[in-house]
Amino acid sequence: MSHMTIVMQWHDWLALFGQYLLLSLLSISGAITTVPDMHRYLVAQHGWLTDAQFSSSVAIAQAAPGPNVLFVALMGWNVGLNAGGGIGAGPGAWLLGFFGLLVTMVGIMLPSTTLTYLATRWGHRNRDRRGVRAFKQGMAPVVVGLLIATGWVLAAGNHSGDAPAWHLWLLSAVATLVVWRTRVHLLWLLGAGALLGAIGFV
Amino acid sequence: MHPSPSGAAAPSDPPQPKSPRDLFVSFTWLALQGFGGVLAIVQREMVEKKRWLTPEQFLEDWAVAQVMPGPNVVNLALMIGDRYFGLRGGIAAVAGMLAIPLVVILMLAVLYAHYAGNPQVAGALRGMGAVSGGLIAATGIKLIPQLRKHPLGFAACLVFVALVFGAIALLKIPLGWVLLAVGGVACAWTWRRIAP
Repeated sequence: MSHMTIVMQWHDWLALFGQYLLLSLLSISGAITTVPDMHRYLVAQHGWLTDAQFSSSVAIAQAAPGPNVLFVALMGWNVGLNAGGGIGAGPGAWLLGFFGLLVTMVGIMLPSTTLTYLATRWGHRNRDRRGVRAFKQGMAPVVVGLLIATGWVLAAGNHSGDAPAWHLWLLSAVATLVVWRTRVHLLWLLGAGALLGAIGFV
Repeated sequence: MHPSPSGAAAPSDPPQPKSPRDLFVSFTWLALQGFGGVLAIVQREMVEKKRWLTPEQFLEDWAVAQVMPGPNVVNLALMIGDRYFGLRGGIAAVAGMLAIPLVVILMLAVLYAHYAGNPQVAGALRGMGAVSGGLIAATGIKLIPQLRKHPLGFAACLVFVALVFGAIALLKIPLGWVLLAVGGVACAWTWRRIAP
């Protein structure tokens, strides 16, 4: 993956941290629903990550064990590496990578976990209140729409600037169909995607 | 790996974590099994194997974890840990969920960066990226039938789904505005509909 070299000032790190603090509060139904907004911010608006770095961060986190939110750590890690001149640039770049990881992970975790900790007991005690029920039920269709949009943005992010590759769209569509209609283990699907990519189908 | 043999506890003595350390180890073990998402593993380990939660408790906790902002499984870990050992337990469970998997994922990323110039590796990751887009879209599609029981009615729900999809995926409007506008209308309308 070709990295790019960027310059990150203190106020840039602060803006990145602030953006993740905000996204944390917006990440109803999981951090994955904020992926489109992260793409808008990191790739399109600031150019701190390449498209390839962005989608590989998500793909590696999907393939690895652990909660999916760890893709956020990889995004911060990659921003830090870019700021340090790439992974080959030595310990300085690695340190910046860890710093970036810390900025994004603390940002995405701190507000939501604090809020969850405080609100869980209250919400549990008041789960029959009209306001609590209206919020829980009212957000349901919004969350569904967000998940489908996230899948779309991720699938589209794999396409480079040239002509749209229908092979990639086909693979995304088939994966959607298989997950929707069958109980095949996700790891088999990711493996099949990796294989198809490695032999040059997509 | 498991401090207590599962199924050995007496029925009068409901199984529960022994200490924050037990929580940390249990959630680390759980997270390391969760390829492509941890939720299914949480259900199997917490409800079926360790029996720290009844199925009813699990459903209730899961609903709350999902409505709150933040990663769902992390919220769930926080809630379970907090129930037994307060804030200390919550932190131990969340740290277990994240610490070791974070090390694993960084090693994978470094390995990947090393081989990224290789066209097969780049292609493999592109293929996996296309698949993971499909996985997430399918997660959303699977939830659509649940909207049939929604107080707003199925058709109105589908309109909200389409509005959010169009605003985020096609028009690329920032998430905050979409949540505020579409989510606000959906919640307010639901509030009116469920009037006693």
